[in-house]
Amino acid sequence: MNRVVITGMGTVNPIGNNIETFSENLFAGVCGIGPITKFDTTGFKVTLAAEVKDFDPLQYYDSLPEARRADLFTQYATAAAIEAVRDSDIQGNVQPQRFGVYVGSGIGGMNTFTAETLKLDKRGPSRVSPLFIPMMISNMAAGAISMRFGAKGPSLPVVTACATSTNTIGEAFRAIKHGYADAIIAGGTESTITPLATAGFDNCKALSQATDPARASIPFDKERSGFVMGEGATMLILEEYSHAVARGAKIYAEICGYGNTSDAYHMTAPHPEAEGAVEAIRLAAEEGGITAGERLYINAHGTSTPMNDKTETLAIKKAFGEAAYTTHISSTKSMTGHMLGATGATEAAACVLALQKQMIPPTIHYQEKDPECDLDYTPNNAVSAEIDVAISSSLGFGGHNAVIALKKI
Amino acid sequence: MKEKIVDIIAAYKGVDASEIATDKSFADIGLDSLDVAELVMQIEDACEVEIDITPELNCIDKLVEYIESK
Repeated sequence: MNRVVITGMGTVNPIGNNIETFSENLFAGVCGIGPITKFDTTGFKVTLAAEVKDFDPLQYYDSLPEARRADLFTQYATAAAIEAVRDSDIQGNVQPQRFGVYVGSGIGGMNTFTAETLKLDKRGPSRVSPLFIPMMISNMAAGAISMRFGAKGPSLPVVTACATSTNTIGEAFRAIKHGYADAIIAGGTESTITPLATAGFDNCKALSQATDPARASIPFDKERSGFVMGEGATMLILEEYSHAVARGAKIYAEICGYGNTSDAYHMTAPHPEAEGAVEAIRLAAEEGGITAGERLYINAHGTSTPMNDKTETLAIKKAFGEAAYTTHISSTKSMTGHMLGATGATEAAACVLALQKQMIPPTIHYQEKDPECDLDYTPNNAVSAEIDVAISSSLGFGGHNAVIALKKI
Repeated sequence: MKEKIVDIIAAYKGVDASEIATDKSFADIGLDSLDVAELVMQIEDACEVEIDITPELNCIDKLVEYIESK
C-alpha cells in the first residue's frame, strides 16, 4: 500500500483568500461573519452570513467572458486550485494520466439555477441560457479544474452535502493508496449565500437567526441556535509519498485514515445515538492507527445547531471513551461559518496547519457551558499543544458521515 | 443592424467593436457553440427577430444577411 501526503494547499474562504491569511486569522480567532451583503435581506429572519471578501475572479481568469462562463462555485474552486497547484509545484512534475481531480460541491451552481429559473418564469423556455446546464451542474468545478491543469487521471465529484469535501479527500487518499493515481487535486467548493438557499435552510430550522455576529455561530455553546452559512473553496494536493520525495516536494502532513458511513435514519437529523458518526471516527482512527489522548486534535463538524453539537460530543465520547475529555477539540466554523461542501477540505487544511504549528485553533465566541457538551473545545483562544495526529469530521444532511485522519510527518 | 450585432458581440467578449471581424467565422473570433447560442438570444432580443441558427450562419456578415432577408 502507498502512503499519501499533502504537498500543496489553496483556499478562498470567509477569513482568508489564501492559505497564509487563513492561517493567521485561524489562530488569531478572527470571525468571518457579518451582515449579508450579497442580497437584500428585507423579509428574511436570517441576516448574517460568513461571506468571502474582496474576491476578484479576474485574478484567476484571462478575461471577463471566460470568468462569466463559470458559476461562482467554480470560480472559487478554480482560485483555490490555482493556489494549491502553485504551492505544490506539481504541474509538469506528474504524468497527466496519473493526475486526478476529486472536487465536489454540496449544492452546485445555485446562483445560475436561480437566475435561469426566473428567466424561464418571466420570458419562457427560449430565453434559458445554453450555459445554464454546464454552469450549474455540481461536477463542473472538477471539470473546470481538470481542463485548467490538464489533469487527465481519475475524477470523482462527490455530493454528500456537508460531508462532501471530507469524502473527496478520503476517496482521493484511497485512490492514491491503492495505486490509481500519483497526485490528486482534492477538495470542495460552495457558493450558496443566495436568497433561495437562505430561505430554504432557514425554513428547515438549520440556520441561526441571531443578529449579533458574536453570538451566531457558537458551536457547543448552550445558547447555540443554528449554523451560519459560509462559502468558498479549499483544495489540497494529495500525492503518493515516494513520488513527492523523489521530486523534493514540500510535505505538509500525511493522510493516514478515512471513515465513511451512513446513518440510514433521517433526512436532516443526526442519529440520536450517533451510531454512524462513531463508526466513521472508529474506521478512520483504526486505519490511521490512532488512539485518543493529549497528542490528538479533533476538528469537529461543530455546526452550532442544537442537535449536531450534542450528538457529535456523544460520538467523540463513544469513540474514545474517557480519553475524549483530555483531547483537544475545536470547531473552526465559529470563524468561517458553515461552508457546506467546502467545509471538510477547509477544516482538513486547518488540521494541517495545527499539526505544523503545534497549535490548536480556537472555538471563538464560546460563553455558556452546556452540560451535554462537556469536552475541551479550546474556547476563545488558540493554545499551543504537542500533537501528532488530527481528525476532521464532517456530517451531512442525508446522514452522510465522513472522517479523515492526518498525521505529522 | 450590423453595428448593433458587432456591439453586442464586442460587449460579450469585453473588447472594442473595432476588434471584431465580421467576415471571420465565429470560431475564429473566439466564440464556441455555447457562446453563439447565448449571443443569438441577445441578438434576437435586440433586433426583435427570431433566428434559426444553422452551421452555415457562421459569421456576422452571414447572420446580418439572414436577418435582413427575413
